[in-house]
Amino acid sequence: MSVTREVMLESWEQPSLGQSWNAWDGLWALLVVAGSFYAWWLYRPYMDGYEVAIQIGSTLALIAWGLYWKPARLFTLAVTVLTVLALWRYGADYELRKSNFWLKYFLESQAAFMWMSALYVLATPTYFAAMLTRSGFVGKTATALTWCATVMGTTGLLVRWRESYLLGADIGHIPVSNLYEVFILFALITALLYLFYEDRHRTRTMGGFVLLAISGAVGFLLWYTFDREAHHIQPLIPALQSYWMKIHVPANFIGYGSFALAAMLGIAYLLRLQAETHRPDGLLTRALPPLDLLDDVMYKAIALGFAAFTIATILGALWAAEAWGGYWSWDPKETWALIVWLNYAAWLHLRMTKGWRGAPMAWWAVIGLFVTLFAFLGVNMFLSGLHSYGSL
Amino acid sequence: MNDTAACQPSRRRTLRWVLLEFFGSMNLAITLLVVVAVASVIGTVLQQNQPYPDYILKFGPFWFDIFRQLDLYDVYGTGWFIGILAFLILSTSVCIYRQTPILWREMTRFRTRVRLDSLRGFHQQAEWRLPNQDSETVLRAVRDVIQTRGYRWRIADHGDHQVVAAMKGRCNRLGYLLTHTAIVVIGVGGLLDGNLWLKLKEWRGELRIETRDLAARDIPPESRLTPGAAAPAFRGNVMLPEGSAANFVFLRVRDGFVLQELPFAIELKDFQVAYYDTGQPKSFVSEVLIHDQDHLGDQPLAATIRVNHPLVYRGYAIYQSDFGDGGSKLEMQAWPLAAPRLQAVEVKGEIGGTLKVGGSSGALTLELDDFRLFNLLPQPDAQPGDRQFRNFGPSFGFKLRDATGEAREYFNYMAPVQMEGRWFYISGMRARPGDPLTYLHIPADAKSSPERFLRFNARLRDGDWLQSFFERSVPSGESADFQRDFNRVRLSLMELVTQGGFNAVAERARTVVPADRLQEATTLYLNIVRDSLAEIFVEVLREEGMAVEQGINEREEAFFNDALSALAALPNYGSPFYLQLTGFQQVEASGLQVTRSSGAVVVYLGFALLSIGVFVMFYTAYRRLWVWLADEEGATRLVLAGAVNRRQAEFTGEFAGIVAALERRMSVASSP
Ligand code: HEM
Repeated sequence: MSVTREVMLESWEQPSLGQSWNAWDGLWALLVVAGSFYAWWLYRPYMDGYEVAIQIGSTLALIAWGLYWKPARLFTLAVTVLTVLALWRYGADYELRKSNFWLKYFLESQAAFMWMSALYVLATPTYFAAMLTRSGFVGKTATALTWCATVMGTTGLLVRWRESYLLGADIGHIPVSNLYEVFILFALITALLYLFYEDRHRTRTMGGFVLLAISGAVGFLLWYTFDREAHHIQPLIPALQSYWMKIHVPANFIGYGSFALAAMLGIAYLLRLQAETHRPDGLLTRALPPLDLLDDVMYKAIALGFAAFTIATILGALWAAEAWGGYWSWDPKETWALIVWLNYAAWLHLRMTKGWRGAPMAWWAVIGLFVTLFAFLGVNMFLSGLHSYGSL
Repeated sequence: MNDTAACQPSRRRTLRWVLLEFFGSMNLAITLLVVVAVASVIGTVLQQNQPYPDYILKFGPFWFDIFRQLDLYDVYGTGWFIGILAFLILSTSVCIYRQTPILWREMTRFRTRVRLDSLRGFHQQAEWRLPNQDSETVLRAVRDVIQTRGYRWRIADHGDHQVVAAMKGRCNRLGYLLTHTAIVVIGVGGLLDGNLWLKLKEWRGELRIETRDLAARDIPPESRLTPGAAAPAFRGNVMLPEGSAANFVFLRVRDGFVLQELPFAIELKDFQVAYYDTGQPKSFVSEVLIHDQDHLGDQPLAATIRVNHPLVYRGYAIYQSDFGDGGSKLEMQAWPLAAPRLQAVEVKGEIGGTLKVGGSSGALTLELDDFRLFNLLPQPDAQPGDRQFRNFGPSFGFKLRDATGEAREYFNYMAPVQMEGRWFYISGMRARPGDPLTYLHIPADAKSSPERFLRFNARLRDGDWLQSFFERSVPSGESADFQRDFNRVRLSLMELVTQGGFNAVAERARTVVPADRLQEATTLYLNIVRDSLAEIFVEVLREEGMAVEQGINEREEAFFNDALSALAALPNYGSPFYLQLTGFQQVEASGLQVTRSSGAVVVYLGFALLSIGVFVMFYTAYRRLWVWLADEEGATRLVLAGAVNRRQAEFTGEFAGIVAALERRMSVASSP
């Protein structure tokens, strides 16, 4: 093929991958690699081959995330700075959490979670206010609150990870090992997913609905903390001492988070539909997000959730093959994961192959949340099985 | 688009056609997805594969039987459930079978026969009339634009017009194929690993499910599977005491089991449980030796099996799955509870063994069931939700079975437990399985022994001793008659209390005293009882060598009150002795699970296909463009249309970019 002048011109319009990298991208990648390397250098005595592999994978994923979505960089930076600050304040003395000002009121994991909770709960009405008043400023405030909450929560989790090691070298483990910890993970992942869609679709109108789900999770978390004292760091039971946990659980929660988000958008969809039929030019009709946007994001969230859940279930099966004697045991948690998965497979088929749209799909997404919620919570509360460590 | 017509199935209603139509129908597929989901719920609500008596207890005989008929106790292994799964796999296969040619065509063939009208009807389309441009130049521009965007294309010259057909993202169609093939592959692998093979053998009468409680060597051949005839897949369990070996596992089937022989033997050298400081288990580790003459010769293979770290040997995976007691040796003292003399009897036994013991109403069988080194339990005075645990130390469980076969279960702790600042020997008891335990709290004395209470209890049952004690301790100054009557009352009250507790005293009062004086009399009796017990207690203390002339201190008083509570609980305790654990030698047993899973490779292949397929399907889009070009009196007509199968919004952007690029190119090209 001869390269014409036109083709040359064309290539300028379609930047190739190499060209699309600017200096910031390079710096980002470099920073992540450097930070990850430093972390590895610090903790390498405690890591086995699998964990190094997981770390390399996470590093690449983090770089890709920041390239794909710019706000992720600032977020990562903020979390890193705060976490390093906390670790530096802690040194090797867990008891400092009670006396050091910064730790006690800000960076100690419990304090960070309280900040997270307060900020999420604040962000919820702020988003609704922004939606109803259409005030750009209020909207930006809501977004800022959500970002701050997410930074605090993520910092809290990372600090808790370190705290578990301060409690005892044999106790230390990644904080995704019980219902308390994964509930925080759930709130964080849902928030990040939402912030992504908010950014990509340039609208804050969906925020209130999603934050409502997150506030619900926060409510549960607070009850769980104050009534059940579930926040204490517990050592890992033998069944959970596996590198699989590090990847299986977060993958699962990308799924749960996406499904929750889709369900909340389903609610918004149904509300909007009601508003449109009953008061075509009422405040709600004007304020609520448009139907096709909701439909689109709902589909994207469910598709992402389905993909993540597929991977998570496969990882779970691989883990089970190592821990329980077989990749599938029809344990209640496993079975409910399958039920959730089949449910959304049916949803996707109806949409893709039968072209279903509108209210029925929105309803189904909402019901899907209950199925998901049962898989996530109900199984632990009501059913017994091999996953029984997560019980309330 | 005429090639779509070609992929319609033939209209002839042959049986083949009807079957394909039925199994390949999307409605059936979606229905099956939902049906499998709903059917799966059953087995999560109803706990699977429990011992049948548990189900009878839970549902009653009527429902038990109905549920059994429906195979609900092993839903996931039952014919109808596997049937639905097979249906789903079949339906997906048919779907793949029918879609593959279509997908293939979509991926390889460019549809260059299009009509202008249909292009104009596309959602994404644009049209230009370009004066002073010949179609050759325009075509080049078009080609360049779409080529730089990674489209593949074909040009067809239809005489009066030319059509460029282009496509991109063909792998999206491959994604569909991968995903759905993965479902079938996983399904087939899963069926291979299921219990079909066992079911077949049972159905052909080659295998009988054993329901009796037999030792491994007594199991008849028809309930055994030899290694030669090893199933392609099984999951079996065996409980190995330390120092023992087995070359078989038990496969659980409904309410029974079959024995699967292994081509090697597993010997348990040592089993270790490690605990965190908080008392929670930290690790379960079995040190094993694999003996396999054929493959290893005389040199056994040593290996360590931990949770999450199975041993894979010759395609068999050996897991740490359970633990228990392997016949710990216990030394106990049986303290009589109903006899007048406190003479402890030394007893030695082994967990799993039985002993004959004499009881007041005939011989009893003592079955030693269970020994636990650690008992991590919530703090006795903890609020619900407080996650404070305490290790209550070693305990053992036993049953006392009488001649009629009725048994009571007991659960005794070795060491005294502190509650509210005082120490007790705790023994739990239940008369029926499944009932909650009721506890006997025996107060521990200054030497941390249950002995003082037991001696006190024995004194109460020693008529001769009581007689002489009462005679000595009777208040002086009363008449001899009064003394004699008073002591007789006291003696009989003591007997009542020891036989039936304080309730028996009130009960007796009701039978002998008129109703109008009942209240008064009961109070009087209970006062006498309490005073007498107190005197006897002080006497017991004196016998211990304690100075009691100045009265007793608070600690002794608290002890006395606790002793009364224990006395009150004794009549329902139901055992003629209190069995105190005085020493033990723990022998642990490790529960190993041995599995073989020939389908795993297939399933993992399916996992790989599924992982790739899902992402490819969701995150690539199959995009097509058509360009229709015709000369039109010195100008060129250019129609551009595009279609995508997903990610519509993104494609709209891309299409707009193509349109803009084309427009720019058109002006670039026309400028000299
Ligand atoms: C367990 C069984 C199945 C699973 C998990 C499954 C999964 C999926 C998923 C996730 C999609 C993508 C939906 C989307 O694009 O958002 C899909 C698409 C599709 N499925 Fe299935 N499927 C299954 C069985 C079947 C069966 C039995 C059929 C045929 C009757 C079928 C036909 C299709 C078709 C035609 C598409 C649309 C592909 C496209 O145009 O993008 N699937 N399937």
